[in-house]
Amino acid sequence: MFSLSQEFMQSLAPVLPEAIVLITALLVLLFDLFIEKEGKALLGWLSVGGIAIAAVVTYHSMGLNEAVFSGTFLVDPFSTFFKFVFYIACGLGILVSINYLKVEDIHRGEYYALMLFATSGMMLMASAGDLITLYLGLELMALSIYILAGFMRQNNRSNEAAIKYLVLGAFSSGIMIYGMSLVYGLTGTTNLGEILAFLRTADLNNPVIYLAMIMLVVSFGFKVAAVPFHMWVPDVYEGAPTSVTAFMSAGPKVAGFAVLLRVFLYTFEPLHAHSTVILSGLAVLTMAVGNIMALSQTNIKRMLAYSSIAHAGYALVGLAAGGPEGAASVMLYVCIYALMNMGAFGVVIMLRKAGERGEDITDFAGLGKTNKTAALLMLIFMFSLTGIPPTAGFVGKFYIFKSAVQAGLLWLAIAGVIFSAISAFFYLRIIMIMYMNEPKERIELSTSPSLALALAISVTAVIVIGIYPSDLLDYARASISGIL
Amino acid sequence: MLELRPDQLGYPLLSFMIFLPVLGAFLLLFVRNASMARWIALGFSIAELVLCIPLLLNFDATIPHMQFGESMPWIAAWNINYRLGIDGISILFVVLTALLTTISIMVSWTAIQDRVREFMLSLLFLEAAIIGVFVSLDLFLFYIFWEAMLIPMYLLIGIWGGPNRLYAAIKFFLYTLVGSVLMLVAIIAVYFAAGHTFDVLALMNYKFGHTFQMVAFAAFFAAFAVKVPMFPFHTWLPDAHVEAPTAGSIILAGILIKMGAYGFLRFSLPFFPDAAIAWTPVIMTLSVIAIIYGAYMAFAQTDFKKLIAYSSVSHMGFVTLGIFALNSQGLEGGILQMLNHGISTGALFLAVGVIYERTHTRLIADYGGIASRVPVYATFLLIITFSSIGLPGTNGFIGEFTILLGAFLHSKPYAVISSLGIILGAGYMLWLYQRIAFGRITNPHNEQLADMNLREVAAALPLVLLVFVIGLYPNSAFGVMHVSVSNLIEHMHAKVESAPAVAQALGTILGR
Repeated sequence: MFSLSQEFMQSLAPVLPEAIVLITALLVLLFDLFIEKEGKALLGWLSVGGIAIAAVVTYHSMGLNEAVFSGTFLVDPFSTFFKFVFYIACGLGILVSINYLKVEDIHRGEYYALMLFATSGMMLMASAGDLITLYLGLELMALSIYILAGFMRQNNRSNEAAIKYLVLGAFSSGIMIYGMSLVYGLTGTTNLGEILAFLRTADLNNPVIYLAMIMLVVSFGFKVAAVPFHMWVPDVYEGAPTSVTAFMSAGPKVAGFAVLLRVFLYTFEPLHAHSTVILSGLAVLTMAVGNIMALSQTNIKRMLAYSSIAHAGYALVGLAAGGPEGAASVMLYVCIYALMNMGAFGVVIMLRKAGERGEDITDFAGLGKTNKTAALLMLIFMFSLTGIPPTAGFVGKFYIFKSAVQAGLLWLAIAGVIFSAISAFFYLRIIMIMYMNEPKERIELSTSPSLALALAISVTAVIVIGIYPSDLLDYARASISGIL
Repeated sequence: MLELRPDQLGYPLLSFMIFLPVLGAFLLLFVRNASMARWIALGFSIAELVLCIPLLLNFDATIPHMQFGESMPWIAAWNINYRLGIDGISILFVVLTALLTTISIMVSWTAIQDRVREFMLSLLFLEAAIIGVFVSLDLFLFYIFWEAMLIPMYLLIGIWGGPNRLYAAIKFFLYTLVGSVLMLVAIIAVYFAAGHTFDVLALMNYKFGHTFQMVAFAAFFAAFAVKVPMFPFHTWLPDAHVEAPTAGSIILAGILIKMGAYGFLRFSLPFFPDAAIAWTPVIMTLSVIAIIYGAYMAFAQTDFKKLIAYSSVSHMGFVTLGIFALNSQGLEGGILQMLNHGISTGALFLAVGVIYERTHTRLIADYGGIASRVPVYATFLLIITFSSIGLPGTNGFIGEFTILLGAFLHSKPYAVISSLGIILGAGYMLWLYQRIAFGRITNPHNEQLADMNLREVAAALPLVLLVFVIGLYPNSAFGVMHVSVSNLIEHMHAKVESAPAVAQALGTILGR
């Protein structure tokens, strides 16, 4: 009996991080029953603790490279890299939430549980070795986020965001399933490695495989908010609670890229000559629409929504470039993007006070006078999102464009730098309003230790990675070398 | 062939020069008191000037090599190194940067009352980034400094500028950013074409294909031409100058726009000599247009600062004219003129700042006859006016004369037309001086005008001295740069020799 259980436990060892995250979620739900409304912050810290333990466990299994559960679940350096990014996104997401939930009066334990469920879904996506596991993870993530988007039950816009996201999300899932079934019908397997083996020897003139590929592009494109599958983004980002928007813009988007990388650069590698055409088209479109639409926004959340679309476009450039360098550039980019975007949203959350919206761009007026620290942080995040050295944003973009040039996509790199120069306009507008306009009134900021911690982590990371990117870069390159 | 000579001192002087202002800026983060912030900033900028002493004393002007070299791996995966070095060209601008930053801090002493700490912090960051640009010998590192410099400059114009500062700041930022990002793509392309290296010295020795050179030169040109600024990319400059605070204008005119011309010298010419020769007619023509057009525009201005801004366009036209004459007279004249322009225009903006602080107007019509009230100021302005015109005995004469000599050797029509610019320059500057200083006092507000105080004289004095030192003993500057410039020309010659037609063209230019 003992030996059986030990064997059982050992077979579970590779999924230990996922298990820890899920158990933390369940503990949060359980403790939620006994904790008074004033003490819910404890649940937030418990969730962060769970994430930290999962991170430590993942750290200790960094060298692992194996396929478990009949090849449906992969524990490889690639998935490990993404798991760290998810820990960061989820951990920072929870830290920026704690005070915000109090201000919005939606402090309920389910919030943290759903964040953790979503995170475990993302981890499953990154580790998926099979289309079915991939779909499972994606749905676990998506369902949790639908609920989170509508977490402000009394708020119409929040409800609208949730419904909109749910309907369109379900639609895209349908397309994904269709695409996957076509792949299965063609290859007779849902295992990513076996599909690759099949495609390597198969006759690639069959149009069905391209149809399947396009369907997967559409549905994954929906998740990462690539144009023209981005229609939901501005409304959902604006309507959802800001802390959820912050998490959404980092976590699920990064998970979407993990899947895109695994499926398009690994499984569909024999089709890369074709997929690169579609992906580079999407990249240009996404950068163009995201950056140009962001220019005219007056609501900071909508602006950051379009900005997040634009950043998906830059990452798609790396994906279109393909190969180990392209993949590593996407990995580095999404990691940096998650950090700087979380930071920017953290400052937005700071401005939110009970009874006031604090979401209009003009609410930032004079912040450089009334609250110097918040303004300086926002300045750093804005320059980083623009991609001005010596911030991390520059390193990320540099690597993306470098891999594009290396792959012979010079035109795509030129388009990318032009659009990122255009983006300077709307990021700088925030700085201008903060420092160069007079304050409307004295703004009391809603700061808290957890928010301060989250901002400190992200700003440190943005500067340190900007000045010394070598370690993270080497880690990203090493992580991809296993599969490409 | 150039090599990187390790530092002669036993300590990394160039790194110190980059990071000392950063340290100062970091300290300022913890200072609450405005007057304390001023003293700290001044202290650090003077310490930076003091660091120039060992730099100048230990610099060997008889060899063309990069000196005070430092090199260590930075981002190994991309073969990026933290590589610094300085030669006879860049050393002049490093010293100029240290000097003008100190002067900027001194002239801002009372002019800046709002957010003093942030102002000084931006200035020190700016100084660090500019010095970084001049001493970097790795393209990636260079680009980092080149772009990072935009942040403090944008803030200086946007926060402490004039009424229309927002427009000017964003225009400055976007213009330079668009030019720079095109260069970034070219830098990446260069990296792959030359076998995965950003090492400037290695790239100098690499022979790029002809088509590649033409395209990459154009992309680098986009960045440098905006910065210089060359006609027709100059439109951000008058706006930025008019709106910028005095310190911002001094740095902008004195050093920032030299970075564009420096870029041509350090990267465009040695990397892409074939393309440089092919592009010469275009650039010379644009230079001549800039000289004449800038001068004409200067005539039409009613705003003191805007007039100087347009005169900068004209003077920088001389600089690019000299550089692209591609002979030693033209190049040395161009570099000297960069230095001269930094001194004289820096001083002119200082003069505007001094008077603006008292009267709060920059309209030329609001002055007139002030020489009788502020004799010291009027003398200072006169000396600088002479320097800007290029009166013999001042630095401006040497620079313009040498450039025209070089341009004449290259092509007579260009030289002849450009020389009109000198006449026009004398016209608008003297007319400006006449309207401001001579005659009767027309504006009653100027009756009680106070003359320059000790702090302002102390800020102006080094510039006045330099006007005469270079004007009377030009070898003080030529001697430093001469070997490096000859080496640059020989290097270009050696590199294009492989393509006989181009070599012949260059041979004609060089008069061989």
